Amino acid sequence: MTGSIAIIGSGPAGFYAAEALLNSGEALRVDIFERLPVPFGLVRYGVAPDHQKLKRVTAVFETVAAHPDFSFIGNVTAGRDVSFEELGAAYDAVILATGAISDRKLGIPGESLPGSHSATEFVSWYNGHPEFRDHSFDLSHPCAAIIGNGNVALDVCRILAKTPEDLASSDICDHALKVLSDSCITDIVVAGRRCPLQASFSIRELREFAAIPGVEAVFDPAEIDEASASPEEMDAAARMLNILKGFSHPDEPRKAARRVHFRFLLSPSRIEGEGRAERVVLSRCKLEGEAFARRAVATEAETELSAGLVLRSVGYRGTPLPGVPFDDAKGVIPSREGRVIGRDGETVSGLYTAGWIRRGPSGIIGTNRECAAETAEAVLADLRADRLAPDPSLRSRLLSRLQTGAAQTVDLAGWHRIDQMEQTVGAAQGKPREKITSVAEMLAAAAVNMPEPALP
Amino acid sequence: MTHVVTENCAGCRFTDCVSVCPVNCFHGDGERLYIDPVLCIDCGACIPKCPAKAIVEDIDILGSPMIELNEEKSAILPVITAKQEPLPGAEARRDALLAEGAA
Repeated sequence: MTGSIAIIGSGPAGFYAAEALLNSGEALRVDIFERLPVPFGLVRYGVAPDHQKLKRVTAVFETVAAHPDFSFIGNVTAGRDVSFEELGAAYDAVILATGAISDRKLGIPGESLPGSHSATEFVSWYNGHPEFRDHSFDLSHPCAAIIGNGNVALDVCRILAKTPEDLASSDICDHALKVLSDSCITDIVVAGRRCPLQASFSIRELREFAAIPGVEAVFDPAEIDEASASPEEMDAAARMLNILKGFSHPDEPRKAARRVHFRFLLSPSRIEGEGRAERVVLSRCKLEGEAFARRAVATEAETELSAGLVLRSVGYRGTPLPGVPFDDAKGVIPSREGRVIGRDGETVSGLYTAGWIRRGPSGIIGTNRECAAETAEAVLADLRADRLAPDPSLRSRLLSRLQTGAAQTVDLAGWHRIDQMEQTVGAAQGKPREKITSVAEMLAAAAVNMPEPALP
Repeated sequence: MTHVVTENCAGCRFTDCVSVCPVNCFHGDGERLYIDPVLCIDCGACIPKCPAKAIVEDIDILGSPMIELNEEKSAILPVITAKQEPLPGAEARRDALLAEGAA
């Protein structure tokens, strides 16, 4: 069997779909189209710069990319530079793996005041995403509030809390490190709606806070709702609670320059301030519902937090692609076993989806491997069934139009030139890399031909 | 730091873990699996996938011979990249292990 597959998006889901297809034993061509000139999606722009070990997953993606039947086509936006109709006609299958990078809003008054941002925006800024690197964050107020209880909330908290010396060996972008070095923040509150028993961050991420130089983690055990918890829930959360109980009590004298306060059963009701965020008003919550399915319900009681920076981290959502079915309520492309389904409930022939745009923003990098493998299975099953193969000249015409068009595309060799330049500049500063943060500079770096080694 | 497959895997070998491993670090023989500590990126995706609770972080079993065993065996056994059928009797062994763990 032969066939050609276009994958839209070069994050983990896109690369794992490519891996499964190229390892299927069939003679398939896989072309990955990426909006930016550089690959790897949230591994590059989401994973925290101080979590370098996780970023080693890119070695797996580079192995996939080295396959002779794989192509990377960067700086091409599907739906703008090439239509989904054109892709559908030129390929046997199109897999949409565009991720979910817009943020969910709190929907409370004051959310749009200066000083109130999404955690996504902050993450994209310190990770050097070209569309966010020029955003600005005011770190002149001593207190910051982070709304949400997931791993992203802990990532942004760690980046705000760590000393510049501690961050200097990460691949945090230089522009962000400069701003963080001048930070006046002394206290960071991480506020969750439910109690620690239901917190969605992982034990390993929480444990990191016990040992950050210059940072004291603080927790008040009175915020565990033990009265309404079942013994099974207490058991399941025992390790989480042990870590939290090992943190300082808020009444103890301060031991470090920066304190991180883990607060629970608090739901933001408004952000207030004169022309900018100065404080967050939160409602105290109580838990309702059955064990392991508890909901936080706001009560009349309110409490106030002083905060000049408010970062909301309450989830991501996908954005619709032109001409592609979309479930606006869930923020995903509707699908069955990876096959996109239209409004009539029927599958859309030749169109597939994988990763966060398929499932919603849950799970970690490896979760996308399982998800993308299932999508690849659906593609393979449909290719093996009777079908009308596309005219192969359509794909070559499409690629040559993109490659000779006004906009420069970036192939794998171009990415490797960008990668090499970033690592070289980073090495001079004792960092794994210094990311190039503008599309124009990426394109310039991709176009430069490395000098041939001089002959002896 | 790395993750480690414990003796709970022996006799079960569910292999659900391999489908979520982002770096293909599971190796195995007919009996059980092992994690390559050089490749493991400590993401933790495998832990909740194991029906027999056979995967732990090394810091939770410091000093255990399991840590070295994973290192030694993963170096010589083939990599397992796709889920396989569990061993016969895996469910019964899992139930016994979980009952033992809860007691």
